Amino acid sequence: MSKPYLRPYQKPQKLSDYPLGTASEAGYLVTKNSGWRNERPIITDECINCLQCYLYCPDGVIFKTEDGLDIDYDFCKGCGICEKICPKQAIKMEVE
Amino acid sequence: MSNKITAKTITDSEFFYGHKACAGCGGSLAVRIALKVLGEGAISVLPAGCMSAVGFNYPHLCFSNNSIISTFAGTASMLTGVEAGARAVGIKNFKAVGLAGDGGTADIGIQALSGAIDRNDDILYICYDNEAYMNTGIQKSGLTPFGAKTTTTPSGENIHGNLRPKKNLFEIVAAHDIPYAATASIGNLPDFINKIEKASKIKGTAYIHVVAPCPIGWGIPVNETIEIARKMMDCGLWYLAEYENGKFKLNKNPSDFSSIEDYLLAQGRFKHLEAADIEILALQRDTKWATIRKNWNNIQEEL
Repeated sequence: MSKPYLRPYQKPQKLSDYPLGTASEAGYLVTKNSGWRNERPIITDECINCLQCYLYCPDGVIFKTEDGLDIDYDFCKGCGICEKICPKQAIKMEVE
Repeated sequence: MSNKITAKTITDSEFFYGHKACAGCGGSLAVRIALKVLGEGAISVLPAGCMSAVGFNYPHLCFSNNSIISTFAGTASMLTGVEAGARAVGIKNFKAVGLAGDGGTADIGIQALSGAIDRNDDILYICYDNEAYMNTGIQKSGLTPFGAKTTTTPSGENIHGNLRPKKNLFEIVAAHDIPYAATASIGNLPDFINKIEKASKIKGTAYIHVVAPCPIGWGIPVNETIEIARKMMDCGLWYLAEYENGKFKLNKNPSDFSSIEDYLLAQGRFKHLEAADIEILALQRDTKWATIRKNWNNIQEEL
């Protein structure tokens, strides 16, 4: 499994630090999206692991673990699609 | 088929992650799923539009496969170049995929797309259709439906939003006698996944038109993106179909439609519609379905 991940970034200090062209390393994240959120989804014990939330999350922040699903809160925007799509109402939105 | 890609078997890797799309964005879901099916061998080309605006903010780069921004009009021609170039330098197992919005496909990029289909280049073109130029602030595109309010088709006392019906791009593309074309919706991802999988194995040009609601432009709550996409299919204003070997095929032929008012009046962009306007939309829908049912072969019953 691989995905873009957070990496340190230092602003260019001198001219030679600037990239030479417009191409750059793929999957290079420097900021989080967690600040966009008013509510955070919580996966409760009712979860039957049907993976609907995993499939329909526009940000792909719900990921499979050994014992079910977990959420990457660094990049969750709190849209609540997972809560709506869940057939067992196993996801609750909690005010931040 | 036992080897279908499902939520269980699809790769855990994410190729479009940490992007700056609005919460509940339908387009970003379409792009995310498409790249998950195509895998790391996908070389994506994105024209000006939401997905390039939210995916490439140097140094924050959200695609982990090879991706490039094209000119607005040149998605398909850049795909041609990417495919030929990758082949020339001996890259194996790649797929050149274009991910363009409705404006970049139906209006600005249609000439390049038409040319690529004419040359039958080995590319996959995916149009995520959110029914207006959302990135620049909701202007009417060729795929904006009748009655929809946008900043360039405002609703007033005399004129109620967009006057023209939605361009029938799927059939325009099919009319080129393309090897494979399909319609899809993010309201039905298993169907969308199958179609990308199928399209990726086609030798020649493949085109997929996926409806991807935009909560901001459509005037719906951010958590209702999927629900509204499903309502759109249920009320008959969108259909799931394929074009292959010179024949149209309807994937889903509903016996009756849900209420068209329910779908329309749930959205801010249609709030101003009067009964007479809704009547026009219902009539357009019925005419369309009558033609489809009469002319398209191999009509299947419920999936």
